[in-house]
Amino acid sequence: MSATETIREPSVDVIDLRIALTISGVDVVDEIGVQIRPGEVLGLVGESGSGKTTVGMALLGHVRHGGHVAGGVIRIDGRDLSTLGERELRHLRGGVVSYIPQDPGTSLNPALRISTQLVEILEAHATDGGAKQRMARVREALEEVALPSDDEFLKNYPHQLSGGQQQRVAIAMAFANRPHVIVCDEPTTGLDVTTQARVLETVRDLCQSHHVAALYVSHDLAVVAELADHVAVMYGGRIVESGTRDQLFANPCHPYTRRLLRAVPDIAGKRTVVGIPGHAALPGSRPQGCYFHPRCQFARDDCRAEFPPITDLGEGHRVRCYHVADAVRQAPPEGAGQADRRAVGEDVVLGIRDLNAHYGETQILFDVNIDVHHNECVALVGESGSGKTTTARCVAGLHKQWTGEVSLRGEGLARGARQRSGEERREIQYVFQNPYASLNPRSTIGQTIARRLKLFPPDGGGDIGAKVGECLERVALSASAADRFPDQLSGGERQRVAIARALAAEPALLVCDEVTSALDVSVQAAIIELLGELRNEMGLSLLFITHDHALIRTVADRIAVVTAGHVVEYGPTEQIFTSPSADYTRKLLANTPSIEVALGQATAPSS
Amino acid sequence: MTQPQTVEQALDLVPEAGPEAPPPRLQRFQWLGILREASRLTRTRIGLAMVGVIVLIALFGPLVAPHTPTEFIAAPNHGPTSDAILGADALGRDVFSRFLHGGLTVLWMAAAATVLGVVVGTAVGLIAAYSRNWLDGVLMRLNDVLLAFPQIIFVLLAVSAIGPKLWLIVVTVGITHAPRVARVIRGAAQQIVERDFIKAEEVAGERRSRIIMQGLLPNVTSPLLVELGLRMTFSIGLVAAISFLGFGLQPPTADWGLMINENRLSITVMPWGVLLPVLAIAVLTVGTNLVTDGIARAAIGLERSNE
Amino acid sequence: MTRLILRRLALGVLTLFLISLVVFAAVLALPGDAATAILGKEATPDRVAALRDQLHLNDSVITQYLDWIGGVLTGSFGESTSTQQPVSELLSDRVANTGFLVFVAAIVAVPLSIGMGVWTAMRRDRPVDHVLSNGSLVLAALPEFVIGIGLILLFATSVFHWFPAVSLLAPGEKAWSDPSVVVLPAATLVLAVTPYISRIMRGSMIEVLESEYVTMARLKGLPERTVIWRHAVPNAIVPAIQVTALQLAWMAGGVVVVEFVFSYPGIGSLFIDAVDNRDMPVVQTITILAAAIYVVLNLLADLATIAVTPRLRTEAR
Repeated sequence: MSATETIREPSVDVIDLRIALTISGVDVVDEIGVQIRPGEVLGLVGESGSGKTTVGMALLGHVRHGGHVAGGVIRIDGRDLSTLGERELRHLRGGVVSYIPQDPGTSLNPALRISTQLVEILEAHATDGGAKQRMARVREALEEVALPSDDEFLKNYPHQLSGGQQQRVAIAMAFANRPHVIVCDEPTTGLDVTTQARVLETVRDLCQSHHVAALYVSHDLAVVAELADHVAVMYGGRIVESGTRDQLFANPCHPYTRRLLRAVPDIAGKRTVVGIPGHAALPGSRPQGCYFHPRCQFARDDCRAEFPPITDLGEGHRVRCYHVADAVRQAPPEGAGQADRRAVGEDVVLGIRDLNAHYGETQILFDVNIDVHHNECVALVGESGSGKTTTARCVAGLHKQWTGEVSLRGEGLARGARQRSGEERREIQYVFQNPYASLNPRSTIGQTIARRLKLFPPDGGGDIGAKVGECLERVALSASAADRFPDQLSGGERQRVAIARALAAEPALLVCDEVTSALDVSVQAAIIELLGELRNEMGLSLLFITHDHALIRTVADRIAVVTAGHVVEYGPTEQIFTSPSADYTRKLLANTPSIEVALGQATAPSS
Repeated sequence: MTQPQTVEQALDLVPEAGPEAPPPRLQRFQWLGILREASRLTRTRIGLAMVGVIVLIALFGPLVAPHTPTEFIAAPNHGPTSDAILGADALGRDVFSRFLHGGLTVLWMAAAATVLGVVVGTAVGLIAAYSRNWLDGVLMRLNDVLLAFPQIIFVLLAVSAIGPKLWLIVVTVGITHAPRVARVIRGAAQQIVERDFIKAEEVAGERRSRIIMQGLLPNVTSPLLVELGLRMTFSIGLVAAISFLGFGLQPPTADWGLMINENRLSITVMPWGVLLPVLAIAVLTVGTNLVTDGIARAAIGLERSNE
Repeated sequence: MTRLILRRLALGVLTLFLISLVVFAAVLALPGDAATAILGKEATPDRVAALRDQLHLNDSVITQYLDWIGGVLTGSFGESTSTQQPVSELLSDRVANTGFLVFVAAIVAVPLSIGMGVWTAMRRDRPVDHVLSNGSLVLAALPEFVIGIGLILLFATSVFHWFPAVSLLAPGEKAWSDPSVVVLPAATLVLAVTPYISRIMRGSMIEVLESEYVTMARLKGLPERTVIWRHAVPNAIVPAIQVTALQLAWMAGGVVVVEFVFSYPGIGSLFIDAVDNRDMPVVQTITILAAAIYVVLNLLADLATIAVTPRLRTEAR
């Protein structure tokens, strides 16, 4: 940051902002204060329900249906938004402050050509020039985000573009009017890492070259570490810690920030991830006192009484905690835990030979060969659409259109699950990606697991009710959860139930299909911990499907990298991270954001 | 093809409500919960009161009627007298007594046709949604064929072939409901079939009948209840219309639809013979529709708060 | 896109074929001998034999079907068993009247209900919206003959005397020569159809107004006018197209009752007479016409949906 920029007035100045639900009066966010100067990127980090998107939208003078600004001031370029009329607000939006949406797939209008959608934002704020100049500006904006700018491309409808292209169009749109402030709402969620890296670079370059103040809303700490100058961490609708990027990542002081960082896997090193027990404080159900105290190991009486005031640690590093000193002194340093190695058996539990799979007339998989040994975790990594989930579904007998061989302990398996023997079905169990969809909402947890026990009776029989309790306790849920319905459980708890249901059959192989991708990072860490413990206890083999490269370094013994239906790399985890052989793997590893690499604490795995 | 929505969405009031919120609500019998929620809405109560009044008239009317429905008590179209408080009909029979006697048939016929249509339609819809193969294609093609006939024309086609029999009307009204119900239920069930908990049952080799009965059916209760109400409203209208056209109960029996037909030409002289049965049918159908709307609102409200 | 359209066309033809089988089967459903069933037990053997001949009952079922469907496809629907006139002749007088009635009803109902749907969606949860949606809830519940008789009581006999209660026309006279006879029947159809279309339009519009692309359009600072008419309505109209087709097809059945209520000289009242006389050739012809209208309208709705949905328009050329 140059000296002239620090002197500049902030483009964004939010003081004590409170946004509440109109009917109940419950606050969604409160006591929010942030400043962003021109050319600066502020990363706003939080898990789901923390209120980060609400803050982002507020910078555009927009509050979602059912809520309203209940207090505080938002100043953009020194102008208080609450004093602006409808017309001035309209000129602010898209003109002075722009928005880059989370999912361009749903944020671009499917019925309009992209040229229409790009030109109209210029028209709405037109101060000079005619149609010709606008068209020229549109082309310029597209070139800035490295998209083609010819008529052919402009005629496209959103669905004719790839996800990455759609996001670039949204970015071009946001920068079209040369705004002073830009709000990015997790703009790279759902993009593969290579596209993500390019999109992030584009945003960073445009912000720097045009001196734009950017608010970058994200749940992804690694992305924020690579992009942001300053970081604010939100929990339960309040900012609990803020500071420069280095202050926050190298010297986190709030217990929540510290726990959060320990829950994040990092591609730069194999380390254990530790989850945060309990669940997030949502609007309307936040505890008295510090919102984090029910999940905090340092919580004392003062934490339960009053929300802590801001403690200024100097140089702009602010924390809202009574026990900063304790937190820093007592908690183990980040990334210290080394994941322990397990004894992997010799015998092959699952063998996949020359697997070719089709979906209709399209071939999805080409000659896939993978072995999973006893007590081994093999990770299948790849971008969405690479064929990794299809592989898992062929193994489970959910996808039937395949040739080649899938064998269990050397015995070939039939294609469909229903054609397999009960014993074969018992040995291979599947855990699905989305715990919100994988449990029957009309059955209690107990009914769901009991039915599985009836389909696959355990050795020795015994009382089903007691067995259900054992299954639940195995995944660290209390036996009383049996009487509950899925919607009475949190996402993490539901995923535990799904795992308990799979384990009720006492399988040899657990197929985990992106089992943590629908969960917050603190919950993900807890599930990963659980799977590790279960592997040790039960001697399970795991086929672990994921697109999260940082995660596999933590969980997998061996890795198969899949792209476009081919396995391009297959070998022990550390070997792949230290000396990848395929170009594709090297590219993946280089593009995966990493906190440690961003801070200069480690070097990128493949470089 | 998009499914017709019966009711608009309720307010979605929690911005950025994370998925971690567990609302404490038991729902083993979801339909009970929906009905309980619905019964708290004013519109449902008004609807129930309207339906209740008409059902009471239809059930107990014959017991309190001053005359039999077929005896002649005055000159045709005679005005109200102390003996016939609402006058005489086109043939000189007591309008009030015929009104009290004329409601039961339309009620039971409509109810029977509704149950038939909803049961068959639900079964077809669930099987089609679950099968996802040629069977789905065949069932939906047959569905389309039946959908092409306007309901009343299909019923009258059967009546002209076989004759004006009450059982035939019940069966054909039910048959014309079935494809309409099947389409709605199939649409709802298709979204359920796509969910992973059904796949989880498939991988475990669960019996297909059990997947349909335990996995699909309890998860389509909201559209099912709404269809039940909607089809009841339409059944009443259809059955009454058919008897109004003269193809239902035959003279000299008392029946609301038939009464309208018999007295409509003398409507200027003696409006009661038309007005009473028309009002009764109107109150009944509006009542059932209000109840249906209440159920739909309650169902949407519950779904919103659960997900 | 062409493949998609061809597929829809082929499915339409298949559906029409299956429909013709169902309609044809109605004759087979006549109890005992079709001819005696129609004429009654007292008919003379000569009369029965003549009718058997007229209905081709002596041929095999397949020949009967092929003869009949061949006739339908070439526009000769056989002869009425009660008046002995060719069915096509009976229909031709009345098709125009019914067509005019339905046309008037549709031209009023469709823009009215679409407009009302958009308008109420934009005033969601305000008093106007509540009044209109409760009103349409009541209207949607009422059977069409109840609406028709209500209109007669209100505008023709008991309260006002603005329009005729009965749509009398001299034989051969067309409905448009005396438009006042069309007003009440058309109004009945409009009132019966509007609630359904406007409710769907309102629901779809509300959903679209809450979509991310409409939020995005607002965050781009576009004028509200542009947001509604350029971003929201074109997307919201898609579900309404299908429902409009369904409701227009419903009118084919609705006119039967409405024409009976007003004694309107169209196909509907002809149909009632034919059912009364068990005049199967007339009944079958009108039934197959109504079903064909449904198939055609649905096809048109599919084409319209493809036309307004770029995703469908551009894929699989």
